[in-house]
Amino acid sequence: MGDKVLTGDASVQSPPSRVTSSGVDPMMPAPYRILRVRQELHDTFTFTLASADGSTRPNFAPGQFNMLYAFGAGEVPISISGNPADTNVLVHTIRSVGSVTNAMRKLRRDDVIGVRGPYGSHWPVAEAEGRDVVIVAGGIGLAPLRPVMYYVLARRRSYGKVVLLYGTRSPDDILYRRELERWRARLDLEVHITVDRAGGDWRGNVGVVTALISKVPWDPSNAIALICGPEVMMRFAALELQGRGLSVEQIYASMERNMKCGIGLCGHCQWGRFFVCKDGPVFPFSGVKSMLTVWEL
Amino acid sequence: MESLEGILSEHAFFKDLSPDHLKIVVGCASNVRFEPGQFLFREGGDADTFYLIRGGSIALEIFTTQKGPVTIQTIGPGDVVGWSWLIPPYHWRFDARAVEPTRAIALDGKCLRGKCDADHSLGYELMKRFAHIMESRLQAARLQLLDLYGVHN
Repeated sequence: MGDKVLTGDASVQSPPSRVTSSGVDPMMPAPYRILRVRQELHDTFTFTLASADGSTRPNFAPGQFNMLYAFGAGEVPISISGNPADTNVLVHTIRSVGSVTNAMRKLRRDDVIGVRGPYGSHWPVAEAEGRDVVIVAGGIGLAPLRPVMYYVLARRRSYGKVVLLYGTRSPDDILYRRELERWRARLDLEVHITVDRAGGDWRGNVGVVTALISKVPWDPSNAIALICGPEVMMRFAALELQGRGLSVEQIYASMERNMKCGIGLCGHCQWGRFFVCKDGPVFPFSGVKSMLTVWEL
Repeated sequence: MESLEGILSEHAFFKDLSPDHLKIVVGCASNVRFEPGQFLFREGGDADTFYLIRGGSIALEIFTTQKGPVTIQTIGPGDVVGWSWLIPPYHWRFDARAVEPTRAIALDGKCLRGKCDADHSLGYELMKRFAHIMESRLQAARLQLLDLYGVHN
């Protein structure tokens, strides 16, 4: 990643060189040792990683991702879900949905994986200072937004209201449950959770996460919204946010495409005029709104 | 103590309703409370009331033999529960149960149906407001059907 300045905008940048001026091959993964594996949900786990050679990890901004390499299985892009201020470790929450992530699921403490990155644009956390921050997350979409929570909470006085709206499939699918409970207990945060379906023993909200947007007071004239989750959820969340008075310029979304190289070289993640790995994954909604309803993209 | 007229005029559902229409609605309204576990109504029962929720939480449920009561949606302050009083044969299609201590305004649907028949402009005003709620709930139900957070979404 080097010294690239990340602005969180979707401007198109020039393709990177295969080898940087410092002679480092950006396609070469660095070995990281697994310090801890935490089973989050039945199909989702979190790795805490530290550099295998004792070097410090590169800095990252909330919203960026790394390419994680399970040796012998392959490489996948995974958002960084840890605290940007914790410079000793890298934290990644992974859902096992394919051959590479299934191979990762079998890894244990002290195993080594490859890491390249961090890559991509980031959430506009600095630009959001002085404003209300509305975070709308769905399912595992909470993982790329957790670093935002850490960042904002470390500078809580710099922000207005902070609202976290989280939707997931069922009470058993609530990611980072303990952390959400801690956040919900704070008086300076509004945390609302909803599930799509639940039995009679669930005392919380049932319904889609978009329905929560109208329930919580915040100031649309001075707010910024960050959304991450399934694409259809983000489309409807953005509509609800606009219904509350936000302009598309105040909304940011994290997109997911088939990222391979992570540096805008291979073109696998091309999305219209963007490479999601390099121009995204975080986009201002104003730049991508019209593309979200084009099937051919 | 806040008057029913004041409460209704402040509620999102009746916001900006004309004073004349509001007076008619107030004539069909009463304050109610529900304790946790208490049913507002049961599936199949006569639908002659609807509720504006002021505080608390209501679960809309369907009872299934295999799973027992399944919560389809929860409803909170500012929301409206029930539109079966508008549509023949005026029977509830699901259960509504208080999850928390809940304060609400109950509106007599039979009374309002008569008023709406007599004053079509009131009927049209209420139908527009209920149509908006129905559209939101339909949209939400469609999204829930998609199983958004499944592996393939």
